[in-house]
Amino acid sequence: MSKPLFDFIAQEIANNDIVLFMKGSAAMPMCGFSAHVCQILNIVGVKFRDIDILQNADLRQAIKDYTDWPTIPQLYIKGEFIGGCDIIKEMHKTGELLELLKSKQLLNTPE
Amino acid sequence: MSLAESTLEELLKFAFPEAKISIKDLVGDSNHYQATIISDRFKNKSRIEQHRMVNDALKEVLKEELHALSIITKTEE
Repeated sequence: MSKPLFDFIAQEIANNDIVLFMKGSAAMPMCGFSAHVCQILNIVGVKFRDIDILQNADLRQAIKDYTDWPTIPQLYIKGEFIGGCDIIKEMHKTGELLELLKSKQLLNTPE
Repeated sequence: MSLAESTLEELLKFAFPEAKISIKDLVGDSNHYQATIISDRFKNKSRIEQHRMVNDALKEVLKEELHALSIITKTEE
């Protein structure tokens, strides 16, 4: 696997608090699972960097190898892999996602 | 890309012989499944670890044959 793409991924998750590697863009998701995670992030009201892995077949493979996770979407928060669609859905349901975002001070909750 | 439901079930049963496994073909195209696996082996493991155990069992088919798999892992309550 090409090293530059790993560097690119590492840089993106270092430079952005919340990064979603997905199929399509946040404005136009190309897969139901990716769309679902976008929806959840919008509901909790956080901004995130969306990276469309369909634009680059090498990146699509690289992100799977980087995370050692076979599926897309993949959500990173503060440089840490949080999960794919199933896990995010579950964490949203239980409130863990909000807790996590709160603990990382990524939620703009009105005082 | 498609995979018989029976193949998916076999792979999961092989990896999790002790588990209760149920599989749903979400759209009826043998390509979008939801698998629920109930096993005490998931106890005290993070969600990511639990899903990795399932992903590992399905490594080969996730690479090529299967478009979408939703995974639900649970422990016996």
